[in-house]
Formats: sequence, C-alpha cells, structure tokens
Amino acid sequence: MSASAPAIVVRGLAKRFGERDALRGVSFEVRAGELVAIVGPNGAGKTTLLSILVGALSASAGTVSGPGAGAAAGWAPQQPAVYTKLSVVENLALFARLEKVTDIEAAVQRMLVQTGLHDRAGERVERLSGGNRQRLNVALALLADPPLLALDEPTSALDPGQRERVWEFVGGLARGGTAVLYSTHHLGEVARSSTRAIVLADGELLFDGSPAELMAAAGGGGDFEGAFVTFLRNKGHL
Amino acid sequence: MGKDLLILRRSRLLVGILVVYPIAIALLMGLAISRAPGKPKIAVVDETVPGQTIQVGGEPVLVSRYVEQLFTQVKPVPAASRAQAITEVKSGEALAAVVIPRDIVGRVSTGSQASVEVLYNGNALEQSLVQSDLRSALAQANLGFSEQIQRAAADAIGELISGGNLGILGGPSHLVGLEQIPAELRSIIAHQPPGPERTKLERIETFASFASRNLGLSRNVLATIGQPIKIQTTLLDGRRTPLDTFAVVVAVAVSLMFVGVLLAAGGMALEREEHTLARLVRALVSREGLLAEKLLLAGVCAFVLGLVMLVGISAFVSLDFSRIGLWLIALAFGALAFGALGVAIGALAREVRSASLLAFLLSLPLALLALVPSGAVAHGLYDVIGAISFVFPFKAALEALDAAVNRASPGLAISVLHLLVLTALFAGLARLGLRRLD
Repeated sequence: MSASAPAIVVRGLAKRFGERDALRGVSFEVRAGELVAIVGPNGAGKTTLLSILVGALSASAGTVSGPGAGAAAGWAPQQPAVYTKLSVVENLALFARLEKVTDIEAAVQRMLVQTGLHDRAGERVERLSGGNRQRLNVALALLADPPLLALDEPTSALDPGQRERVWEFVGGLARGGTAVLYSTHHLGEVARSSTRAIVLADGELLFDGSPAELMAAAGGGGDFEGAFVTFLRNKGHL
Repeated sequence: MGKDLLILRRSRLLVGILVVYPIAIALLMGLAISRAPGKPKIAVVDETVPGQTIQVGGEPVLVSRYVEQLFTQVKPVPAASRAQAITEVKSGEALAAVVIPRDIVGRVSTGSQASVEVLYNGNALEQSLVQSDLRSALAQANLGFSEQIQRAAADAIGELISGGNLGILGGPSHLVGLEQIPAELRSIIAHQPPGPERTKLERIETFASFASRNLGLSRNVLATIGQPIKIQTTLLDGRRTPLDTFAVVVAVAVSLMFVGVLLAAGGMALEREEHTLARLVRALVSREGLLAEKLLLAGVCAFVLGLVMLVGISAFVSLDFSRIGLWLIALAFGALAFGALGVAIGALAREVRSASLLAFLLSLPLALLALVPSGAVAHGLYDVIGAISFVFPFKAALEALDAAVNRASPGLAISVLHLLVLTALFAGLARLGLRRLD
C-alpha cells in the first residue's frame, strides 16, 4: 500500500437512534501511516462513528469503503474486549484462530513482542493491570495485520506512564504503515501524537485538519485544549 | 466451545454450585414427593382384660383385634395407664393418646355404642395433622374390627339357616336349620287330614319359608354394612405412575433445568460482560453460530448430568433400562429447550450476575407451578398456571421424561414436539436480544 492510498473512505455517513441523529453526513478519509484523532464532547458520536467504520454497527445512510473498512479493520473497543479467565496467550491464540490467521503461533509471538506482554504471556487477564489489558485489547485488534486500526478511547483508564507506553506502541504501528484512527478526550495526546484531528460535535464533523490548523482555526495562542474549547464555543457547541 | 469449557474449568466455585445446587434441590424435592407420610406416634392405653372376647351368636371375637388393627395404623407407644399416656403426650413423646376403656366389651356385647378416648397436645398445626391422621387410623381400625364382628354375625345367621353339628363350638348337635324346616313340615302336613291342626301346621310352614328367605337376605345385607359402597378405580388417560419413579423424573427435570438454563444464561451474558460480544459478531462468528454454540454447550452439560442422575438413581429406584433410548431422547430435547431459555435470558441481560439471578427467579417458580395438581387451586387459577407452564419448557420436559421413564401420558412424541417449538421460540427471542451489542 502506498503512503498516500486511503485505508478508509467515509462519505455522507449518518446514523439515527429513533428520533436522535447520532451522526449527520460525516465524510473524511484516512490514509496509510496516518494517526488520526477523533475528538469531541461526550455524546458527539465518536464511538458510534468508529463502530460503524469497523462493521459493529450499521449506518442509516452513507458509505464506508477502502481496504480498511468494515471487518478488515482492527478494532479495540473502549472497554478491553478480552476473556479475563483466559491468559494473555490463550486470548491471542483464540482470536487468531477466529481471525483465521494462517500461522497462529507466529502471530501470537509477534503480538507478545510488539505489546511487551511477553513476560506476562501465561498470566490470566483478570490479574493484569488496566494498562496491560488495554495493550492486549489493541494486540487482539492487530492479529490479522489490518490496514486500519480503530481505537476507541484507548488510554481513558490509564495513568500517564501507561498512556505513554501505549502511544509509543501505536506510533510505531503508524510509522510502519498502518492507518490509525482513534477517539480520545486527552487533547494533549492529540497535539503530541496525531498527524490529524477530526472534531465531532452533535454528530456533525466540524473540523478535519492537523492539530496546528485547529489551533489556528481557534484563533491561535494558548494550549491545544484551550484552542479546542474556543473552537467549539465559536461553532456554538458549548 | 473449547474456550467456554476452559473458562468453566477455571470457575470451579461456579461449576461446583451449578452441579451441587440442582442436585440438592432435586433430591429435596424428590424426597418430599416420594416419602410416604410417617405414621403418627400415639400412646395407646389398653384397659381391656387380655384375651377378653365379645360373643356374637356363638362366635367369640377377640377385643385385642381392635388394638392390633389400631397398632398397624399408628406408631404405638404402649402406656400402662391414662395418667402415663397424658405424661407421654405432654412431654411430646407422643403426639396424641388413645384410651381403650375397660367397658368396651360390655358396650359392644349389649349393642350400645362403645367409645375410645383421644387426647391431643401441641400447636394448631400439629393438632390438625395428628387429628387427621388419627381419625383415619381409628376409622381403619373400626372398619377392620367391624368386619370381624360382621363375619361372626353372618356365620351365626348361616348356622341358624343351615343348622348342622355345632358341638365343637359348644352349641347343640344335629341342629335343624331354618331352611330345612319347610320341607320337613310339608312332609308332615302331607300325612295330616284336613282340619284345624293341618291349617296350623301350614301357617307355621309359611312362616318358616318366609323367615328362611329373609334371614338369608339379611346375611347378605350384613356383609355390605361395613363397606356399603366399594371403590373401583379406573384411570382414563395414560398409566398409573408410581410416586417414587415420578419423584425421580421431577428430580432429573429440575437438575436438567438448572444446569441448562444457568449455564446458557451465564455463558451468553459473559460475552456481554467481557465486552467480547461485539468483537465476535462483527466479523468472526455469526450471531446464530454464537447462540448455537452456547445452547449446545449448556444442553450437552445438562444432558450428561441428567443421564448420570438417572443412571445413579436407578441404583435405588427400579427403572426400566430397556427404555434408555427414550430417556436419551427426552433428556436431549429437554436439555436443548432449557438451553434455549438460558440463551434468551443471557442475551437480554447485560451481565452474568443479572442473568443468573433472572434464571433462578424464573426457573424455581416455573418448576413449582408445573407441579401444582389440578383441583389444588381454583379452576381459573389452574388455567392460568397451565398457560404459564405451557410457554416455558419445564412442564414439557417433565412430561417427556415421565413418558420416557414411566410411559405416562401425553406421550413422548407430543412432549418432544412441544419442546422443539419452545426451543425455536426462545432461540428466536435470544437472536432478537443479540441485535443490541453493548
């Protein structure tokens, strides 16, 4: 896959839950090697958007296409989706088998090395820290070597040290050519780690550009979090 | 399925409870149903003279027979006196006391009604139970004793009618019977010239014929007094199921239900609780495949437990092993239906604890409702209970097992069909529940 090829293309995506519009005409693309953050206030539609992109939820309207769309995407939901009674290696092997990975043993070893969970391989997940569970959660999403990795608030329950380790890992994936799309409330991480930021509010895409461009759009000055709040206020969403 | 078995193996407490709890409940229910009510412990004071008899015609009837009859109906605690019997009752050693008075012989012999004294103790519930039991016991003893008196009276009447040599009983020898007198008289009358003497003899012969006929009739009437109406029982539908084998079926059905429902509900809810449901059904496993796997695992576990229970219980209760093929069919379809109910509960609940609680809250009353016999509650209420039992698998599984083990109605095929429909219904409900992934 070339550096400029889109891993996913989203056009006019809409989702209704009864009378409520969760997403309204959202369109954007994510290219290979990009690390794109989706930010927005609670209820903006971030989780709904990611769930539709990975095929866990159906859209009311619009299209999602590209080599990383739907089931081809790797997905790490907000809550680690792992079996706590099974060990790290058992979880990896189980999902590798379900993903129909040809060389299960090699895939498991690769993930153990990449996530740094090698020394905890035989430990049951129920005994792991939140950070290690999240690393396993991401590892499960990467088993089939997907062109797009979708992460729903991957660092929400982690301490700063654990967050740092997750971003080192995810950044390495992006540098390796994987398109990474993630939602977060940690705006410092967006400014520090992301190549692009998408701002969602009330199901509407308000901004799609680099963190520096978002700062500029908000009038510049101050930190990224302040610029983001100013931006939302200017758009009438605060 | 391998993953679920591994998780089960690592949840030893859960598995232990899943196996022990239903078996304990099943055994308790089976015990409660199968155990015949115990005989009440009654202090009995017999004030009659040992060996004392009542003379009926020429026949002596031992008074001790009455006490013997009573002893077969209760658990007797012999007491030497009324005072001792009262002490036994007050101390709780006996639930009640029966005093058979000394004058019972005189009263029965003179035709006046004899009576026995009954003394109670305890709270209202105990009194109610012991009164009921004792009334039944006294009625049985009365019946047995009266049958002996009736037999003696009938024998005495028979001797009056037929006559014969009664010397061995202390009666007269070569006694002429009432039925022989008319013929004897007719032969004498035949040699009598017409006149007042012959007319007198003819009147006596007419009376003797009349008396012989009616006394014969009274002997038959006497035989019917003790039990004027005999009860003849006919079972209109199905076959009579012994209570102990029915208890086995109840115990197995309860265990089948608990294991099937709880395992399926817990297994299904676990996927939501661990947040793996969305990850699985997004691309890795179809919703139908996931439901089928959970249903099958719970069904197989319930089936194995049910079979082990049936085989194990057969060591204590005689079961017809030639019907084992039918047992397997009933167990398999029952286990599947319970598994389907379980996955429906699990698909609707968000977490294992809620699913388990819901499964318990639903299963136990359903089992009890299915065991309510007709006539025990008002007609309308029984119809409601019947309707509720019809739409859940316990009653159908119980009927299938009862048909397989005891040849009971409504027959295995109908029950299996019922279970299949319920399996499809609950599996469909579970599929609807899985539309939501969070």
